[in-house]
Formats: sequence, C-alpha cells, structure tokens
Amino acid sequence: MDYRIIKAETITDTVKKLFTDCNYFIGDDIMSALKSARDNEESEVGKNVLSQIIENDEIAKAEQIPLCQDTGMAVLFVEYGDKVSVDGDFEDAVREGVRRAYIDGYLRKSVVDDPVFDRLNTKDNTPAIIHTKIVAGDKIKITAGGKGFGSENMSAIKMITPSYGVEGVKDFVLDTVRKAGPNPCPPIVVGVGIGATFERCAQLAKKATFREINTSNPDPRYAELEQELLTKINLMGFGPAGLGGNTTAIGVNIETSPTHIAGMPVAVNICCHAARHKTAEI
Amino acid sequence: MKRITLPLTDEQISSLKAGDSVLLSGTMITGRDAAHKRLFELIEKGEELPVDIKDETIYYVGPAPAKPGYAVGPAGPTSSYRMDKYAPALLDLGLKGMVGKGARSPEVVGAIVRNHAVYFAAIGGAAALIAKSIKKTEPICYEDLGTESVRRYYVEDFPCIVAVDSEGNNVYETEPQKYNKE
Repeated sequence: MDYRIIKAETITDTVKKLFTDCNYFIGDDIMSALKSARDNEESEVGKNVLSQIIENDEIAKAEQIPLCQDTGMAVLFVEYGDKVSVDGDFEDAVREGVRRAYIDGYLRKSVVDDPVFDRLNTKDNTPAIIHTKIVAGDKIKITAGGKGFGSENMSAIKMITPSYGVEGVKDFVLDTVRKAGPNPCPPIVVGVGIGATFERCAQLAKKATFREINTSNPDPRYAELEQELLTKINLMGFGPAGLGGNTTAIGVNIETSPTHIAGMPVAVNICCHAARHKTAEI
Repeated sequence: MKRITLPLTDEQISSLKAGDSVLLSGTMITGRDAAHKRLFELIEKGEELPVDIKDETIYYVGPAPAKPGYAVGPAGPTSSYRMDKYAPALLDLGLKGMVGKGARSPEVVGAIVRNHAVYFAAIGGAAALIAKSIKKTEPICYEDLGTESVRRYYVEDFPCIVAVDSEGNNVYETEPQKYNKE
C-alpha cells in the first residue's frame, strides 16, 4: 500500500497557526451572531456589553492579540487518514506546535502538571488534549481550539436512563445552563453530546462546541431540539455578561451517537462567547 | 457614567449603586486563585501579608503575556466565585473593592455590607479592550506564580459595572429577573 508522507514539521507549523489564529480571530459565525444579538437585545446594558465584545474581537483581530486572556487548554480533533505516514512522532509534532503557538504567539500558559497536589505551570501550555480518529484517505484534518475554563467549569454530564426521553434531555441541558447563570461569560455556546458511553458522550459535547453555530444537526429532530433549547435558554434572562437580557446563548449544537439499551447519557459542555476553533487539512 | 479615582474612599463607596456604569482610574492590585490561597493561609496563621490590602481594590485577573510595545497583554476578569472562600477574610482586613465577573456567595455579599465595600463586574471576554485601560504594571509579590502573580496596575478609565454595592444590592439577582420569561 502506498502511503503519503507528511513531514512532522508540517504538522507542527499547522498546529501552531491553528492555535494562534483561533485565539486572535473569532469565527465569522460567532461575529455575525453577536451582531445580530446586539441588534435584538432588549436590555440597554446587554446591548452595551455586546457592543464591547464586538469591539474587543475587532481589536484582537486588528492587532493580532488574543481576544481573551484565557487562551485555553489546547484541544484537537484529528481525522487521521489511513494512507498517511508522518515522518516522526505525530503527537510530539502536535505538542511542539502547541508549545510554539503559546510561547511565540503571546498566548497565556494555563496548564498545570498535577491537578491536585503540585499544580505547577508547565510553562508551554502542554500537554494538549488530542482526540484522534482513523479515517479513510491520505489526508490529516485537524480542528483545534483553545478551551477557556470559566465556561468549562460550568459543564456537566448525567447518565440519564431511557424512560426520561427527550424531556429528560431538555431538563438536564436547561438545568445545567441555569446553574451556570452569569459565570461562563454569556452569551454562551452550548455543546450537547447524547449517547455512547460516559467518556465518549463528554467528547461528543466538546465536538459540538467546535461546530459552527450557523449549522444544524443533520437529523431534523435534533435540529429542532437545538432551536427549542436555544429559545428556552434565552427566556432565562441572564443576558450578556449575566447582567440581564434576552441573549444568554448564541448557539446550541447537539452531536449524537448510538448507545446502550439501558442508557441515554447526556453531556453539556458550555463555551463562552469566545468560542474559538479553526480547521486545517493537510 | 461615573468616574471613580482609586483608592476608593468611604464616600465614593456610599455613592456607588448596583447597576452603575463606572470608569476606574488610579491603582489596583491583581490576584486570583493561587495568590488568594497563599494570602489566606498567611491570614489563618496570623502572619503578615506581603502586600498591604487595606483600602485596596483587587482585580481578579491572569493576563496573557504582553506583546512588545504593550503595557500588558489581554487582561479580562476571571470568574469571581472561585475567590469566594477567601474574599471575606480579605474584606475583614480592609480590602474595599473587588473587580471580577459573575455571581458571589451570600458570605461574600455579607462581608461587603459588613465592611462597607463594593464588587465591580468587568466584562468577561473583553480582554483586549480592557487592556487598553491598563497603562502600566509592576510586580508586588509571588512572581513565581507567573500570570497569577500579584501586581500593581495603573489604570485609566477602566470600564466596569457596580455588581454588588455597599448595601448588598446585587445586579446578578435583580437584573436577570427583569428579563426572565420562563
């Protein structure tokens, strides 16, 4: 079988650019949603907050500086073609890209080595969280984002059982958003994972936050659920920055997976308005 | 829009009402999770703090590194609730102002009222914009904590909103209720 050879250096350069770009340049989908929210926001304070967020994101883009000081923990979803060979260690190449982005790109180093006892900063924002899936083909596709923890801390997972049905899903998503209240930097993007196992469900929720918010789940039933949840969240009143208003969320994305006959896990990954991700194909 | 010069005076604190938009000018100190943990441990042991917090305003921030030519990197507020465990002890020692984002615990609101202090909310995620109002920074202590070290910030027209005033009025309680249509 013929393999396409990709240089490790190309992986490193690509990953570096994905992380600097996602931290400097907010996606068009988010910017467009923020502008439309500003025009439709009922609260004057809320309108003002949204204007300042838009101005902030424009400054970051113009000056090529991070739009938020929390440039996040580096998360990557990799689709690794089965006819690709990297001339070196793939994860090392990714790690080096993250390191260079965070050091050369003036991004904040926010990772500590040990979660409980030492909590010493690793000083280069590694390790990264790498989700790799082997796919058919001779390309590598990487979607990367910096995930801030103000919103990550507001996320939750629940092993709901099937008898609760779609109402159980709705209740859990809405309860999680209600508990988060003003803390995760609203307006938020809500990533919902439904199905699979405990750990894969959480991963689906993260993946959902990495999907553009102007897209819908391809299954019309879930697309409708996304819209319904978005509408209901925006009736809660938290508003921009949690200071009151009708813009608490700008997007709800759902990703699903087959699951066990006894289960219906639901994970809710909350992301702030700085919902940063970029994609590259090598 | 009210213009406030730091350090805060009792008179200024009395004049600030929840919901007021304010521009802060003057000096504040910074500190977040790790610095609070260290300060709190010293307070518990009855030891002297490496920074005098009396009449100070503290900004919960861990900035990104400054690019050459910048006084500071992007520097928006971090979530305040993580400092709730420590804030009452600092307020009881004379801290007058806190700047962060998000709701505070009833214990913190109680300590704000008891000590005639104030809590300001800055806009989470507006880090590049907020950094424009920070003109100079210098180290105070805990430099080993990097972005979490305690520094002095010299600010001009730093934009924020009075979130909890000295009477305990709390915008995070009152404002969302006005727009709740559930």
